[in-house]
Amino acid sequence: MTAVGSKCRVCKAPAVIDLPRHNAKFCAEHLQQLCRRQMTKAIEDFDMLSPDDRILVAVSGGKDSLAVWDMLIEAGYHADGLYIGLGIGDYSDDSGGYVRRFADERGLTLQTIDLRDTYGYDVPTASRATGRVPCSACGLSKRRLFDKAALDGGYDVVVTGHNLDDEAAVLFGNTLRWDIDYLARQMPVLPAGQGFPKKVKPLVRLTEREMAAWCLVRGIDYVVEECPIAAGNRHLSYKASLNAIEANSPGAKASFYLGFIDRMAPLLVGQSAAAAGELNDCSRCGSPTTGEICAFCRLVEKSSAHEPVPVEMVLRRGKRR
Amino acid sequence: MKVLLRNPRREIEVPGGRSVDRLLDDLGLSREAHLVICNGTLVPGDARLEDGDTIEVRPVISGGAA
Repeated sequence: MTAVGSKCRVCKAPAVIDLPRHNAKFCAEHLQQLCRRQMTKAIEDFDMLSPDDRILVAVSGGKDSLAVWDMLIEAGYHADGLYIGLGIGDYSDDSGGYVRRFADERGLTLQTIDLRDTYGYDVPTASRATGRVPCSACGLSKRRLFDKAALDGGYDVVVTGHNLDDEAAVLFGNTLRWDIDYLARQMPVLPAGQGFPKKVKPLVRLTEREMAAWCLVRGIDYVVEECPIAAGNRHLSYKASLNAIEANSPGAKASFYLGFIDRMAPLLVGQSAAAAGELNDCSRCGSPTTGEICAFCRLVEKSSAHEPVPVEMVLRRGKRR
Repeated sequence: MKVLLRNPRREIEVPGGRSVDRLLDDLGLSREAHLVICNGTLVPGDARLEDGDTIEVRPVISGGAA
């Protein structure tokens, strides 16, 4: 490789990355400085965390969740991790290994829940048993178990690794459907209440590319391979569409999402079912729900009674998710 | 130069003498959705790649809808 004069905007050392949305290149040290500042700004602007909070980080083995855990620990927060074994074949085995190594190497506390061992099902089986697309069965399971673990463990807040690309893609999808209920709930902070723990997203000002770069320059090993049953889902197609726009208009994703949070979200306050106070207690588990039995309990009932479905059978079912 | 691609993982041989951005363009890959690692080091878009380099093109897009 031959250097061609790429210099860090801050210190003029050789750059490792160019970030068109900042119209700048950065060395490893100043890339990290940028990431720290963006996370701190998100935490402060949205009142996400207090210094003495007990934090539970939802970790998957991917770059974002390991990066946010790393950044919070580096910033001095008390943060434990929770990993959920989803039973997605070798992918889940590999993902769990990355999480355990990350925690072990840093002496961090990691809790683990295995869906099959604890609830008698896995994501491929849940998808087949309920007719839900795999990402829906996965998301429902993870949300419920993260909420429960946080409440049972006395944590003040759940942190997830959702980044700017994730949030912009969800916003894009919700906007295409004008789904007001989801739009009203798409905030970087969801306050505690009605049986839910506080949930925050400290990476909403940082892109996936910046988070992957954070992991590389920090020496964090993470699972690079994509979830085999997420391939081809709508969410990924929204990301590709937004990246095509970003290529011609650097900063478009940040403007789209952060502009929504700043100027549109305040107009939607009170528009979601939860805000309208339409939630009941699930008759089985006591969790908040809009019906008599919550979606998670219904999923567990169907899935645990179903014969285990290998991940390969879900892969053969098609690409629409 | 050897270029490692992911999802699915495979290795291809590509002539050197081109920039990182040019390599991504030639492979039809989005600059916003990938990082390039040359001989173990992250490199920016205008870094020049040469024959003999070992390259990894790492996708950064991930995630289900949840």
